Amino acid sequence: MLSKYGIYFAFCLLVIAMAIISPAFLHPSNIVNILRQIAVNGIMAVGMTFVMIIGGIDLSVGSILALAAVVAASFAHPGEHRVIIPVLMALAVGLGVGFINGIIIARKRLAPFIVTLGMMTVARGMALVYTNGRPVINLSDGYNRIGGGYFIGLPIPVLAFLLIILGGIFFLHFTRFGRYVFAIGGNELAAKVSGVKTQGVVIRVYALSGMLAALAGVVLSSRVMSGSPSMGQGYELDVIAAVVIGGTTLSGGVGSIGGTIIGALIIGVMNNGLDLLNVSSYWQEIVKGVIIVLAVMLDRKTNR
Amino acid sequence: MDKSYDDCQLRMEHISKSFAGVKALDEVSLYVRRGEVHALMGENGAGKSTLMKILTGIIRPDDGSIFIRGKLAGNLTPGKALACGISMIHQELNPVMYMTVAENIFLGREPVYPRMPVVNKKKELESTRIFFQEMDMDIHPGTLMSRLSIAQIQMVEIIKAVSYNSGILIMDEPTSAITDREVNKLFDIIRKLRSGGVSIIYISHKMGEIFNIADTITVLRDGKHIDTRPAAALNSKELIRLMVGREISTVFPERQAVTGPVSLEVQAISRKGKFQNISFEAHAGEILGFAGLMGAGRTEIMESIFGINRYDSGKLIVQHKAVLIRSPADAVKSGMALITEDRKKAGLNLKGSVKTNTSLASLKDYCSFGQILNADKEKKSVDLEIKRLGIKTVGRNQLVNTLSGGNQQKVVLAKWFLTNPDILILDEPTRGIDVNAKTEIYQLVSQLAQQGKTILLISSEMPELLGLCDRIIVIYQGCVQAIFKKNEFNAERIMEAAMGIPSDIHNKGSLYAV
Repeated sequence: MLSKYGIYFAFCLLVIAMAIISPAFLHPSNIVNILRQIAVNGIMAVGMTFVMIIGGIDLSVGSILALAAVVAASFAHPGEHRVIIPVLMALAVGLGVGFINGIIIARKRLAPFIVTLGMMTVARGMALVYTNGRPVINLSDGYNRIGGGYFIGLPIPVLAFLLIILGGIFFLHFTRFGRYVFAIGGNELAAKVSGVKTQGVVIRVYALSGMLAALAGVVLSSRVMSGSPSMGQGYELDVIAAVVIGGTTLSGGVGSIGGTIIGALIIGVMNNGLDLLNVSSYWQEIVKGVIIVLAVMLDRKTNR
Repeated sequence: MDKSYDDCQLRMEHISKSFAGVKALDEVSLYVRRGEVHALMGENGAGKSTLMKILTGIIRPDDGSIFIRGKLAGNLTPGKALACGISMIHQELNPVMYMTVAENIFLGREPVYPRMPVVNKKKELESTRIFFQEMDMDIHPGTLMSRLSIAQIQMVEIIKAVSYNSGILIMDEPTSAITDREVNKLFDIIRKLRSGGVSIIYISHKMGEIFNIADTITVLRDGKHIDTRPAAALNSKELIRLMVGREISTVFPERQAVTGPVSLEVQAISRKGKFQNISFEAHAGEILGFAGLMGAGRTEIMESIFGINRYDSGKLIVQHKAVLIRSPADAVKSGMALITEDRKKAGLNLKGSVKTNTSLASLKDYCSFGQILNADKEKKSVDLEIKRLGIKTVGRNQLVNTLSGGNQQKVVLAKWFLTNPDILILDEPTRGIDVNAKTEIYQLVSQLAQQGKTILLISSEMPELLGLCDRIIVIYQGCVQAIFKKNEFNAERIMEAAMGIPSDIHNKGSLYAV
């Protein structure tokens, strides 16, 4: 409980500090800007939260993002298909890749780190093969509107992010599936002995993570109006950072979507604030690293 | 008084310790003489563990002083305690599983070659071999710990503690995982150490052992020192009275056995290397006991019946229907429940709350559309079980990690009661829990049988089997060695069967009859 409030408290302090230092910070357009910046990683972080609560990790999300982005883009040239087709194709690709991750991890009992590390390379390679290493450009306006458009006054990426948050909260905290996710992370054997079909839950969790990575790929490619096989490199680490800052432990069994959102927001606000203050992006990297470690230290302290 | 201190190996005086304002120890004193076995008794939560953690330097007392061989020991740290000749065999074993026996025994004090920081493996193995030889045990020093049974690991931990040449040896429930035969071996070791002047502080819930081995008994209750007496001046009734502050009249509930129809038929199941050709039937309303030495295969049989590990051949018939059980989920569906031997390993999610643990196996019942949790319904059921089983908790959201062993076990029971099973398999259900909680669990088990449930009870505690069961099946080396009815069994016959002596020899009255 305390650790939960600890991280919320830290976030509030950060916001107050930013607001005092930079008057532009609290401007609505800046806030929307921050949300838009964290939407891509935030969507993936929701999936990663499930993965990390079962005690796993998914290093392949950045590559799945790229693969889904190029597949979507290849179906999104003007006058070819309706917008829903590239989106569905991307989601199917993400779901499939995540499903393979899950099958290997659950059935063959290999370490998630290894399996998804392998998949990270494979999916990236597939994106390169599929595009011959070149970005896919010339996308339809309809498709580009996903990343650039507005709906009820909010950018569509932000809306998608909010929707995924709500869905994540619902599935993790209000369904049997979510309860099993916690049970498996806490003690997989005890969950199995209690009649939980643990393999099925694990497979679904990795499939979900893959699918959300694909959705992030749609959002990102439509925002930059192209699908590039080199997209999303290193995103997996930012995503894991957001989840960890949010209080989910690497060993599993503990975590929340709320915490993850705060984690993503802390990274977003910090980057934005440091931008406003004209701090170089090199320094931002250092600050981000320090914050990750500090957050986990705070978590440890308050959990004891 | 002062004079009797002279032969005191250890004096702990007026030790107090509070956790978050709650007094765990209140001015407790403990005097242990050279060459005595000093039993430390008390219910779980009486303060035994806290006192021992202070003695081994793991936690620091708020108040009080410790004298070792007459010398005041200042702030003890684990390293300092070890250097003072205090070592402890913990109840919860934590060896390094991927190291060999010898490496575990010499962990942190590896013998090295002269002037080189290189471990002398030969010497390590040889010294270990000698330790085992002295204690008359056949465990190879080069074996990986992960290959040993729990009982063997326990023996290694004991040897390790002994190998420090400690003057004071603390044993916390050293027999919780070992068989009677090994207990005898352990007692031989203890007697040998005692005559060598070693003081042993012995913590156990098993009365028989205490009176067998202890010279002096100290009783703690609610963090206070209640009494210290020579063991010869106490009997078990008196001792229980001191521990709980009242007399427990009968430990085992009276029960009229009403055996109903056959509910479970096990037909010739085998699993390679674990058990062969196991057949038996169990009735509704029956408590069917399973006796056997550690490693006889009882747990493995139950795990296969419950679908954790599949059996290679044979058949299971539940309520007159042949069932195929490929996973625990299948077993739960056919109305079975398994309370595992090791509740921390396979029974509980220690990161979860009382609520999430209790509802886990029956979660579907509190869901709309099979998926969406109905929080109110869940809370109601969980609270009802908490009340019914008398689980001592601040509330359903308390983490099970912070409960006592007895209450943790009740959470496991509550989880299965909510699935309303017909067949309950209980594997060592009272291991490591205090007398009161044990009595309560006995009560529950016999109530369940009364309600027509079938109970399969594995236990290594003879009184438990004799006191509760209607029939007892003895397993020896993975086979059914004997099946006894209530009027047939007694401790001797069960022990003989468990050790592989055919029961008909006993009937013929002579060993030479064969």
